Amino acid sequence: MRIGIPAETLAGEKRVATVPEVVEKLIKLGFKVSVQSGAGDAANCSDDTYRAAGADIIEGAAELWADSDIVFKVTVPTSTEVELMREGGVLIGFIWPAQNPELMQQLAAKKTTVLAIDALPRMLSRAQKMDALTSQAGVAGYRAVIEAANVFGRFFNGQITAAGKVPPAKIFIAGAGVAGLAAIGTAAGLGAIVRANDTRAEVADQVKSLGGEFVKVEYEEEGGGGGGYAKVMSEGFLQAQREMYAKQAREVDIIITTALIPGKPAPRLITAEMVQGMKSGSVIVDMAAERGGNCELTEPGQAVVKHGVTIVGYTDLNSRLAKQSSTLYANNLFRLTEELCKTKDGIINVNMEDDAIRGLTVIKDGAITWPAPPPKLPAAATKPVVAKAIAPAPAHGAPSAPMSSTKLAVMFGVAALFFWVIGANAPAAFLGHFTVFVLACFVGYMVVWNVTPALHTPLMSVTNAISSIIAIGALVQIAPPLMGVGVPRPDDWIRWLAMFGIVLTSINMFGGFAVTQRMLAMFRK
Amino acid sequence: MSASLATAAYIGATILFILSLGGLSSPATSRRGNIYGMIGMTIAVLATVFGPRVSMAGLPWIMVAMLVGGSVGLIAARTVKMTQMPELVALMHSLVGLAACLVGFANYIDPVAAANLTSAEKAIHEIEIYIGILIGAITFSGSLIAFGKLSAKIGGKPLLLPGRHVMNLTGLLVVIYFGGVFMHAESVSAGMIALAVMTVIALLFGIHMVMAIGGADMPVVVSMLNSYSGWAAAATGFMLNNDLLIVIGALVGSSGAILSYIMCRAMNRNFISVIAGGFGTGGGKAPAAKGDAQPAGEVVSISAVETAELLRESKNVVIVPGYGMAVAQAQHTVYEIAQYLREHGVNVRFGIHPVAGRMPGHMNVLLAEARVPYDIVMEMDEVNADFPDTDVTLVIGANDIVNPAAQEDPNSPIAGMPVLEVWKAKTSIVMKRSMASGYAGVDNPLFYKENNRMLFGDAKKMLEEVFVALKS
Repeated sequence: MRIGIPAETLAGEKRVATVPEVVEKLIKLGFKVSVQSGAGDAANCSDDTYRAAGADIIEGAAELWADSDIVFKVTVPTSTEVELMREGGVLIGFIWPAQNPELMQQLAAKKTTVLAIDALPRMLSRAQKMDALTSQAGVAGYRAVIEAANVFGRFFNGQITAAGKVPPAKIFIAGAGVAGLAAIGTAAGLGAIVRANDTRAEVADQVKSLGGEFVKVEYEEEGGGGGGYAKVMSEGFLQAQREMYAKQAREVDIIITTALIPGKPAPRLITAEMVQGMKSGSVIVDMAAERGGNCELTEPGQAVVKHGVTIVGYTDLNSRLAKQSSTLYANNLFRLTEELCKTKDGIINVNMEDDAIRGLTVIKDGAITWPAPPPKLPAAATKPVVAKAIAPAPAHGAPSAPMSSTKLAVMFGVAALFFWVIGANAPAAFLGHFTVFVLACFVGYMVVWNVTPALHTPLMSVTNAISSIIAIGALVQIAPPLMGVGVPRPDDWIRWLAMFGIVLTSINMFGGFAVTQRMLAMFRK
Repeated sequence: MSASLATAAYIGATILFILSLGGLSSPATSRRGNIYGMIGMTIAVLATVFGPRVSMAGLPWIMVAMLVGGSVGLIAARTVKMTQMPELVALMHSLVGLAACLVGFANYIDPVAAANLTSAEKAIHEIEIYIGILIGAITFSGSLIAFGKLSAKIGGKPLLLPGRHVMNLTGLLVVIYFGGVFMHAESVSAGMIALAVMTVIALLFGIHMVMAIGGADMPVVVSMLNSYSGWAAAATGFMLNNDLLIVIGALVGSSGAILSYIMCRAMNRNFISVIAGGFGTGGGKAPAAKGDAQPAGEVVSISAVETAELLRESKNVVIVPGYGMAVAQAQHTVYEIAQYLREHGVNVRFGIHPVAGRMPGHMNVLLAEARVPYDIVMEMDEVNADFPDTDVTLVIGANDIVNPAAQEDPNSPIAGMPVLEVWKAKTSIVMKRSMASGYAGVDNPLFYKENNRMLFGDAKKMLEEVFVALKS
């Protein structure tokens, strides 16, 4: 089948739905790929690079749409584009079916099959590789910090220079979703002091792991709304949240807001009053500008200065990093294509039994299948049972916890009984040897615990060599001086047994020491 | 040489042996430690040969025996491959066991040894002979089986006979019974029968014990047999009234016991249950019945070229080798990669799990053979804290020792076993021949983690491809 990549028509859109590196992979899957001439220009992917990767370059959108069985798009298609689409074709890209009912009707009328990348069931762990919302949000989060740095008048990192001390910038990030986390990581990487807040308390650890500090709202309420989004919170919580935001606004230099609630306008987090409270020269980057903005004073698509604060409301953060966004998006679509074409023969199979594909498919052969029923979640995702009870064994060589006193008492009791039995019955000569034996066990215990684990193999081979000391037993038997006991001694038998014993032990003795030496010689710094 | 002088020499030898073990506390002092051991052994043997208990008539015999044995040993030591160390060590344990048996028998038929003993002393002497031969025989046959398993001459799967605990117990009772018969035997030839029966049972017991133990538990078995060979030497020492043998036997015995203990703890396993056998079969059934413990997610594979790219772009790399590296003989290629990366400013380290491989310290020896400097070879506890800051972990032919189920799934048969937390790194790459589970028979959720990639293929071949891609 032929995959078509049209040029994006939305004003200011610089992304493209696939990049040359991915074209190669698609061709390996058995597909033919057509790219509209100039489609990738804004994302630094020239026609020549596509051609080199094996794609056909086609002039004009009409021809491309008509020629393609499958079309990869980035933005929501316009009705003009849908008109160009071939009857019964396949469309993959952002659709937002809830916001675009007419578009859905129009696509259904053309008997198409539509996979909306935004309808992906994000909770499926195997869907993550196709999650374009995540990949695009990550890029946007990064870019938001860069935009902030661009208009901010100071360094991000604190420095002590000959020309004076520079305090580090303080950044507050509202919303620790994918975009928020990317922004935290980027800002922390530039050396700023980063604080972040989210209504979902469970992201606190993720914030910390990226080098941010989690600021809590002092109010008890659980804010997870399913599907990785937050939900609308109660009035009491909102009050506490506003106070916290006002306080942060007074303290920090830069605020980046990323708060979105699905299907609703963006929550108003930053009021005009709070903006007034900010230091002059501060920056707000409102990543929710497209959906009305988290800040009251945001003007979507613009960077404006109000009360001395620059408010950046760009809605095209992804296009401002077109190459990166396109590459990630292309990879997401490639992973999706892999799922659709498991046979690798260039023919897709929209398998509605598959949870991920079922969720993505909003129109199947002209029938609207959106919204999908909630996917069967894998057992692991329902309720992560973290087994804290499993305590790892104590570290090597570390003093273990003292034994319980009853156990200790029993052990001492047994030992005492044992020694009493021996002391009462054994002859004196045996006791002498026994003393040596017990003490030697303790010496061995002390010495061997000090052996580094790296040398355990040499330890075994050297103890093995040493244990051939048993040769002495054979040596003293082979030809003892005659003591005139007067008892006939089976000399030959003993001699041969002893001789064989000596042979065996000397294999050990020489072999063991030699191989240990060989091994130890290899350990070097 | 007088008896006192010989004893003094023995004391010197004892000190040297203790110093020898003490020297192994660090690689820097270890070579000297081994030389102490050699000197100690030389002194002990010379003091015995020229001591009061050996007459000059025995000298030619001794010379011939030592010459034969010594040359066999030296040749073996020179030709053995480092990957074969576990087999060699197991084989050598069996020699010690057999020697202990032979010395025991020779001592029993020697009338001189038991002359001039009081009845209590004679009883103790006979118990010593009996126990010495018992331990020697178990060590001998057990080590032979361990050798067979390690060199893959015998299958690694545990052999579980029905009613094996009953069998072992019966064997023990029979051994005790014949012990009584042996003690009350009128003549040497009558006692010989009891002794022979016991030896056969001990040999069978040794075979049975090791046959029932699975491949992953081999490190415990090898160190346990190491311990036994020590106790056999100690028992011989009691029998011969020789303190040097007792001391050395006790040193070796406790060394082996500690090693077994360390190995058991590294697998979070009870020593008794390892010896009772059957890991990976009895325990493995429980998770198989539990359907919901199946790992979620899917396996993402990666090519050698992509692996090379990931490695090149990272700052911190930890390599976790396992038995698969030993099997594929890949240690040299591993180090070439490590060296290349280090030259290019990547911080490469190795993370070694205590039970990686088939005997304690197996991986360390292999890496040392490949000339990896020991200061970048880390123990599990040293490296575990660093995984969150690691960009790439490369797991080469290891499975159970990197299994997150040990921490996450309380129902897993390996729950609670300390593992290398490779999944905490940004990316982990697992090199494996296939998706088969490890010796413990447990599925590994690591493979399904989203930051994990699988590099399928023979470890050596794949690593060579990675190295070529790195250089290009």
